[in-house]
Formats: sequence, structure tokens, C-alpha cells
Amino acid sequence: MVSPMEINVNGKNCQVGPRPGESLAELLREQLGLSGTKIGCGEAECGTCTVVVDGEPVLSCVYPAARAAGRRILTIEGLAGQSPLRSGSGEGTNGDQSARLHPLQEAFVRYGAVQCGFCIPGQIMTAYALLQRSPVPGEGEIREALKDTLCRCAGYPTIIQAIQAAARSVRSGEPIVGPAYTSKTPLEVIGTSQIRPDAVEKVNGQALFTDDLSFEGMLHARVKRAGVPHAIVKRIEVEAARQMVGVAAVLTAADIPGEHHHGLVTPDWPSLVGVDERVRTVGDAIAVVAAETREIATQALDLIEVEYEMLPPVTNPVQARHPEAPKLHAKGNQLKHIKVRKGELDQGFEEADLILEHTFQTATDEHAFLEPECSIARLTPAGRMEVYVGSQIPYQDRNQIARALGWPEERVRVVGMLIGGGFGGKEDIAGQIHAALLAQATGRPVKLLFDRHESLLVHPKRHATQIRVRMGARQDGRLTAVETELYGDTGAYASLGEKVMTRATTHSAGPYEVPHVRADCYAMYTNNPPAGAFRGFGVTQSCFAIESMMDMLAERLEMDPVELRRRNALRLGSVTNTGQTLRESVGLLECLEKVSEEIHRRAGDQPFAAQSVEGAPHLKRAWGLAVGYKNTGLGGGAPDKAFAEVELCPDGILEVRSSSAEIGQGLVTVLQLIVAQEFNTTPDWVRVLLSDTDLTPDGGPTTASRQTFVTGNAARGAAQALRQAIASTLAERHDQPPDEIRFVEGLVQFNSHALPMEAVQVEMQSEGRPPKALFEYWAPATTPLGEPGDMHFAFSFGAQAAEVEVNTLTGEVRVLQVIAANDVGRALNPLGLQGQVEGGVIMGLGNALIENFIVQDGYVVTDRLARYRIPSIQHSPEIVSIVVEDPASQGPYGAKGVGELSSIPTTPAITNAIYNAVGVRIDKLPVDQEVIASQLAGFRPDQQSAITWRTG
Amino acid sequence: MPLWQHYYLAKSIPDALEALAQAPGPARIVAGGTDLLLDLGQGRHPGVHTLVDVASIPELRALETRGDQLFIGASVPLSKVVEAPYVRDHARALAEACHLIGGPQVRNTATLGGNVGHALPAADGTIALLALGAEVEIASSVETRRMPLQDIFSGPGKSSLLPREEIILGFYVPLRKPGQASAFRRVMRPQGVALPTLNMAIWLHRQQRSIAAIRISIGPAGSIPMRARAAEETLKGSLVNGESLRFAQAAILDELHFRSSPHRASAEYRRHLSSVLLDETLSAAWHRAGDEDE
Repeated sequence: MVSPMEINVNGKNCQVGPRPGESLAELLREQLGLSGTKIGCGEAECGTCTVVVDGEPVLSCVYPAARAAGRRILTIEGLAGQSPLRSGSGEGTNGDQSARLHPLQEAFVRYGAVQCGFCIPGQIMTAYALLQRSPVPGEGEIREALKDTLCRCAGYPTIIQAIQAAARSVRSGEPIVGPAYTSKTPLEVIGTSQIRPDAVEKVNGQALFTDDLSFEGMLHARVKRAGVPHAIVKRIEVEAARQMVGVAAVLTAADIPGEHHHGLVTPDWPSLVGVDERVRTVGDAIAVVAAETREIATQALDLIEVEYEMLPPVTNPVQARHPEAPKLHAKGNQLKHIKVRKGELDQGFEEADLILEHTFQTATDEHAFLEPECSIARLTPAGRMEVYVGSQIPYQDRNQIARALGWPEERVRVVGMLIGGGFGGKEDIAGQIHAALLAQATGRPVKLLFDRHESLLVHPKRHATQIRVRMGARQDGRLTAVETELYGDTGAYASLGEKVMTRATTHSAGPYEVPHVRADCYAMYTNNPPAGAFRGFGVTQSCFAIESMMDMLAERLEMDPVELRRRNALRLGSVTNTGQTLRESVGLLECLEKVSEEIHRRAGDQPFAAQSVEGAPHLKRAWGLAVGYKNTGLGGGAPDKAFAEVELCPDGILEVRSSSAEIGQGLVTVLQLIVAQEFNTTPDWVRVLLSDTDLTPDGGPTTASRQTFVTGNAARGAAQALRQAIASTLAERHDQPPDEIRFVEGLVQFNSHALPMEAVQVEMQSEGRPPKALFEYWAPATTPLGEPGDMHFAFSFGAQAAEVEVNTLTGEVRVLQVIAANDVGRALNPLGLQGQVEGGVIMGLGNALIENFIVQDGYVVTDRLARYRIPSIQHSPEIVSIVVEDPASQGPYGAKGVGELSSIPTTPAITNAIYNAVGVRIDKLPVDQEVIASQLAGFRPDQQSAITWRTG
Repeated sequence: MPLWQHYYLAKSIPDALEALAQAPGPARIVAGGTDLLLDLGQGRHPGVHTLVDVASIPELRALETRGDQLFIGASVPLSKVVEAPYVRDHARALAEACHLIGGPQVRNTATLGGNVGHALPAADGTIALLALGAEVEIASSVETRRMPLQDIFSGPGKSSLLPREEIILGFYVPLRKPGQASAFRRVMRPQGVALPTLNMAIWLHRQQRSIAAIRISIGPAGSIPMRARAAEETLKGSLVNGESLRFAQAAILDELHFRSSPHRASAEYRRHLSSVLLDETLSAAWHRAGDEDE
């Protein structure tokens, strides 16, 4: 029943036939090839798919295509054609104009509002519609208009500034000048504000994420999920699905030619659960289908019959540790018992004047990157497997795919696509293996795209934890002993659970010098979705517990919270809880002092005292403070290295190559700046190529805030090696001392010559010297937990203060301001750093107030984005970023990681502020406004939502 | 299966009624579709063959005064309801409520007809319309009839409308007279589904220092959108002071049954909030009635 209709898209009239059930987003992407419009959730929650229809922004994922008949539609691809001087006239694009950017696009680029880029078309189209109605919008109007246009990189403050800058530019005709953040010690390029190399394609709709690709003859895959948390599979019947017209293949575990399990550390995760095997979580895969269309594949899933013998689920880590709990894995339910021991705990408590003990709980969190997982696999004519995917660890993908296929690794090529947010959630295998198995079986390209529901069920989450802290201190505030006991719910499979909970444990006594420490952590398997890496990597959880305790201690001692932390803070010469002596780059005290100064400047002598709001006696405000630290790099004895290659190309461009993921954090900029710096040229002479296992050497995983440090050093080493190779070659050819060969402003100069880089490339070639250099960088060696030595080669430190406003009647909490100081060693990419700090703070705010991934009896309650909320622009406080630069001698130019640190102290800063405002101590995340209201009003809180894991 | 086989853009009310009646399989009316399409996609609504889109029918897009009443067509997008000076002047509670539904993109397509037709007990637009004393107008191939809004709700998510035979045309709200005003307030929690923890709308007629007439609606406070009639009785004819407020708060707790919703709110919290919201909403409406009197 397809009847053709006429629509006007970006100024052009076109005839299209809307298909049954088709949304406008699908029509734009699939029929018209306008893939700049992204689909983030398909449930009218995220705003990513926003397009402008007859002047109004609408969500194209729930806008029936048929309704668009006769309407004018503007997408991101057509925006540049909307000259601001003719705004609203709806004129079409032409060649000249489409090469330009609309002021909104330009402002997003220049202000650094673009990070992963997936939400950006939606942000810009929503903002465009706003400017049409309100040419000079105030901040409140912008927040209202963008209320439901989510950005998980969460550079909301910068987005607001960019929109206002665009509005000013449209009105005045003046060019847009971005902010000029700089390092305190900038070099020529390093430490200066630079535009991301991928920013323009991310604002004009040209950026390609995996789902934007299509291949001739491509099949579409879907996965039959178990849907039950714990069971034995008794029978799988797939014949009916195989017989269905349009189905090309249905595979079960019996069809896997190679290894059946995958996993980053422990291969315990079945790619497909076979007959007589155990289902351990609702997202487990039973069968995969490839069909001519996604719809047929979906229908085929219903024809697959699976019979289960149901088993009682293990629903929390305390239960999992009980001797009589069902055993989920052959070795039992304990993934790891992690121990930290320092000094003599009993002695420490004996020396204490005061001992406090309290137990804290944190919720499971979901990454909610806006780009759902997508993999495309295809066999090449040469018989190799190519897998296109946005992955945080391309080489590990390659290894795991090859093992499943039963092939040598070299026969698999992983081609990294742009990644629409990762945050740790794209480290594990999602659909890569399934797509490859189906491509292997059918010989045709196969796309496997998760919908949001599937994404929520399948990829590993942030660990829910229970953390008991016992703390001893002297009257003068000096800590004498800290004992912690942690339970971590690692869910059905190991993923990176052991590493995450190790980090939670080693950081659980905080960034303090404590003479006597004992920490025990039980990382336990359960029948919940797996838990793994998530920005903060366990430290988010333990920081909440220890920093809450520090404020409780300060109150008991009647001591200023800043002073208490000052007395105990790690500093040069301190010995950490794992026995590591800190010899350099300990910027904690400086962060603390800077934040303290700033809040006193803003709030006067008593920032931590509750203030009433004039005219609204039911509102109370106060500041709260917390500090934190986070290792840079893998540490714990893991070999931590990266390769990078730099090549001088025939066009004179320096190309830097590494398989390291750009997940929005700005690695592309960092690598570009490093190579430009080393060649004393401008960033536009450097191109960055990432994450193609055929073309780029292994940069290691994008995790542990390690890329700037490790791959940054590799890129620097490769650049220096190439520079030296060029210098020695030219020195020989031109009979000059190598010292006389100088790299100046993009030219190579010696004597009276000045060679452009293109000519240098030719000279290298003619000498038979390949104009490229590969560098293997090994980060300083570390030692495993429990052994003497340095467990980590660098730590970043931070302090944050948050001002909250609590409604004493309803319990509602708003965060008004956050001051965040981060010791990053050296700010290589200050514009990107600003985005990382804003996004980190807002993600921490989400962890504190909003996010709660609920699993009940092994079944996921929050299985839609509508049920798992994340911070919107309306939650965004004013954020002040203070950059502290206490250089790390081994870091590139002194830099350390910051991606995770910026998010870590936010939660306890907020919960401490809530206590200061209204006297309610939050010990369970997320903050429940009902608990606050009940304590203030004296009614009995309902117990229904309380997670009550009993201590063992 | 696709979410629908046939999507029909109805041009008029008879056209829509005929398309509904003639559809070869299950058929539903769709206006904004912001609830229905998600319910279909997520399996919460039985499959349909035909969707009859009434979003562009001119009669359903009307927003105008008719005699001493304001008519708001069922397909008027919520963003237009929010902005309309008529609504702001005569039905402030409705403007406030619609402003809080969804985000701007959703409000550009979502409609008041959908908000009411979905028949949820705490739908913001519905709660506001109830306090405003709205009537609903319904068309079928036989007749066009008007009835008090309250009378179409029969249970959670259930209305007395016949889905294959009837269409909501719109809503009538009495024009505001001097001394009359309305207000809407709501408490949400930041986690989970964006459904109100509790909401409340109040319309009242102020005469000097007392309340001559009042309507209070509240949700969720039962299986359908509820009026707080006992509280209305205690406040009618009384002054607005601490004592009358306490009587009314007690009357709400006596009369209405608040329930616990898993992961959203406990009954105790809702009982507490009903008192907080009554204070705030009544105060807002009362002061408005005074201001607008001048």
C-alpha cells in the first residue's frame, strides 16, 4: 500500500513512497541517504533524531513518514544552505553554500561543543528552530528548548555558550571566535585551544558512524535473547525460522566453528548459549538470524522456540557469596577476593580517639552512550573478514572475532568507525562476533544494529556496590586507620569486573596518607547483566563512601572539611595504601586550596553552612566538598604499551596512526597536537587515522584514562623518530650537520634552503628511506597489588565543590554550581579538557541524583531509555573548571589522564552539600528525594525501593 | 510486522470516521502519536492494520472562543496550547500543565486529545482540564455529543470511547470571569519514567476574602483522574487561611486513596505531597484570582 507522496527536503522537492510502519527518520536515512539524522533511542527520549518540519523541531523517530506528505523538512545536511540573512526563507542549498557552515555549526566547532558528535545534528537542529523563533535567546530559553535533546558527553554549558555565540553572530555578522583556554605553560601548539580535526564533519552531517554504512547485498541480523535470568537450555528449535522467506541464516552455538566464549580478561561469556548450557542473564544470546530486512529478521526471532529449565536467580553479591547459593560458574560465584593490607589495623584503631563506621550503597549505572552498538561484517573477495565497528579496543575485537571464527587473527580486519560515546561501555564484544559468524555462514555482508532496548540489556554496566567503611582518627584529625569491606555485583560474566573492583578497593581509603589500612572486596557473579568498565572504574563508588565518611568525621571533630582533608592529603613523599611512595606530580593540595578559595570567594566565610533562600523559606542551600584521585594507565603489573606510526605523505601531510579509540574525549586532537608540536608545524598539517587493524598499529585499550599518556607518548616517539630520520637523510644528501636541519613553520630549513614537506617526502623516497616511523612506547613498569613497588605510574588528583538547593517540603534537589579542580599534569588540549570536565561533572551529577539501573529478580526494569534517565541540559549547573598542572615527568609534556577523574568527586560533593543544607546524610545512591522529604517531615519512608543486601 | 500497514491522512471528520469503520483490520486514531506509536513499538498496544491520522483535520485544529466557552481542538499541538493567549487568559492551569508535558519536540506533535484519550490517572493536561470544568465533545457517524470530561474515564488507560466509531473533537472550558483563576503544580522525581509523582490543578472563584467556588483535581489518586470533592466542600465559602488549609488537607487524605508505585513513589510520600501541593496550588490560584480581579 505504498502511495507516493511529495515532500520538500532541504529545499528540494522529491517523490517518495513511505513504507508501512516507516518513520520519517528511517525515510530520510534509508530512502534519501541523509544519514546525518541519527537514531539514538527510537522512543522519543533523546532528541538525537530532531529535524525541522514546517519550521518546528520534531522527533523524526516517532514521526510517521506518511505524515510528512506535502511538508518542508530541514535536516542537518541542509542547514548550511540556510543563510542567516535569508533565515526562514527556505531557499535551497547550492554548491557554494553547502561548503559553508551555518553560524550554529561554526559556533559548535569553535566552542568545542562537539565531542563524540552523535547527538550534535539533533542539538543543532533544535537550536536552529529556537533561533528562528527567538533570535537572541537567553540561557533559560536555551535550556527549555534543548530540555529533551540529550548529550551524554554532556558539554551542556559549552553548548549554551555556542548557541549564544551563533545568535550574536547571526545578528551582528561578526565572525565567531571561540574561547581561548590555554595551559599555564603553553608551547607553540601544545596547550593552546585547537579545533577538533573531526569537528566539521560532525556538525554538517557527513560524519559516518557504523549504522550509516551500507553494503551491496547486505543482510540484517537480530539476536534471540534468553529473556530469563537463570536457566538451562533444554531445546532450541530453529527450523521454522530457517524456512521463513527472506531468512538467509539462523545460527546457534552448535554452528560456531571456533571458540564458544569471549571475554577481555576471562573468556567466560558464551557467544551463544547452547543446549544443556546455562543461561546466566536475560541478555544472553541463544540464536542469531540474518535476513534480507531487519523486519524479517525480527519476525524470524518469534519462530525460534527455546525450552528452559528455570533456575532460581542469584540477585546480589552478598547472596552470591552464601555457601548455599547456586553456582553460576564452574569455579563458583567469586570472581575475585581483592585485598589491600598496610600497617597493623588493630594498632591503628587503638591509636584513634574516635572511630566511625557506616555502610554505603551505590546503584548499577548504564553508560547510555547515544549511539547504540552496531557492527557490520563482510567477507572480502580474498576471503578475509572485515568488521566495521565503533570499538574501544579494536585489536581485542580482532582477537576475539578470530577465535570465534576459528581463524588466525591476521585473517580478520577491524575497521574502527566513529564512536558515538563509549564511557567504558564499548570495550566488550557486543555484536561483532555474531555479525562475523553470520557473514562467514552466508558469504554476504551482515549488519547487526542493537536497538536501545537491547543495548540496555546487553552491555556491561557500572558495578552496584555495598561499601562498609570503618575509620579511626585522632582528635587533631589525622587518620590512624581505615578498614573497608566492599561487595561488587559483577553480574553474569567477568568482563573487566576484577580490574574495576580492584581499583575500587585500592582507592577505597581515599587520597589520604593512612598508616593502617585493610580493605577486602568480594567481586561476585550474579544473574544480573554483567558489570564492567564505566568511567571512574570503581573509584566513583568508593570515593562516594570515603568522602561521605570524611565529612561525617569532620562534623564529629568539629573541624572544617577542607582542613581535615588538608591534614591527611597525599603529598610528595606520601606512601599510598598499596605501598607506593609518591615522588612527583601530586597536585591534590593545590586542587583543594584552589577550590576552597573559589567557594569562599563565592559564598563567604561559611560556605558549608545552610542558607535560606530569600522569599522561599522552604528552600535551603549549601556547599559540599569532596576530593578524589584516579590512576592513569592499567597499572597493577599489566604491560601497558602502545604503538604509533607517523608518516610523511606525498601531499606533505603528516599522518599519525594508532588503533586507539576516539570516543569523544579528544584523543584525535591530542595526537594531532603532539605531532604538530614535534614538527613545529600547525595542526592542519597533521592527519590522524585511528583504529584500523590493517592500517594502524595497536594503541591498546581506550580505558583507564591512559590514551593521552600512553599513545600520546607513542605518537611523540614516532614523530621524533621520523624527524630524526628526515634530519639525518637530508644531512647526508645536502652534506650538512644533522643539527643544522631545522623544522620551522611547516618547512625544513638548512643553510639557505627551505624545503616544503612535499619535497622532503620526495627526497626521502629517492634515498630509499621510507618517510615513516613506528614507535613502541612502554609505560613505566608497575607491580601487582600486594607486591612492593609502584602499582601505578601516575595518579591524577582532583577536588570539587558543589552548591545544592534542597526543597525541604518535597525533598527535591538542584545542583546550582560546581567548582572542579583537576590536576592533569599539563593541559595538552585545553578546549577538549573543558569538555571532559563539564561532561565528567554532569555524569557525576547523574550518578548522584538521577541514574538507577534497576534489576529485579534478574529481570531488567529499566529496559527503555524512558525508564533510565540521564542528565539533561536542565540539570546542568554552572561549572567552573580550574586546571592544576603538576607535571608527571614520564607523561607527554607532563600530561596525565583526566577522562575519569573529572567525574569522580562530584557525587560526594553533592551529597555532602545536601547534608550541609538540610542535615540528611545520603548513604545510598541515587539520592531519593522521598527519603529526604520523609526525614525532614517525619513520615515513615517506604521501603519498597531499598536495596538491602545483608552483610555477610 | 511493521507497526502499521496503512497510514491514512484523514481530511475531515466524516472521512476519518469512515476510514476507521472501513479499515480491513484493527484500526486506531492517531494524532501526535507520541504515546501510541511507542506503545505499538514496544508491544504494549495490540497490533493495528490502519492508523487514521486526524492531526490535520481543520475542525480538530481549532482554538477559539465559542460563546462563553473556549474550544480547544483535540489535535491542537500542546506547544500551541501553551502559547495561545486565550488559554493563558482563561485556562492558566492548562497552559502550565501542557508546558510540563514532554519536551519541546514532543509538544510540537503531541495533542490534548491524545493526553485525554490515553486516560492515564495523572496525565497533566487531563488533570488541568478536570479542574477547569471542561466538557469533551465527541463525534460519531450518528451524532456529535458533549459530556463532562470526568464521565469518559472508566479505568486506568480506559475510556468509554468506542475506538472504531468515535473521535474526540475537542474540549470546552468556561471563559474566566472576574475573580476566577486556576493553577497547576506537579512534583516529579528525576529517576525513571517521566510520570508525575503527584500533580494537582485548582480552579477557584474568589469573592473578597473567601472562596465562592472551587474545583480541585489530583493525580494519581485512583484508577482514573480524580477530583478532591471533599476538600472542595470544606473550602467552598471559607477564607483562605491556615485552618481552612488544614481542614482541606485532611479531607484529601480522608477521601482519596493514594497508592505506592514501585520505583516511583510510596503512598506515604504522595499523602505528604498532596498537602504540600494543595498549599502551593491553592495559594497560586488564590493570588492570581486577586491579581486578575484588579
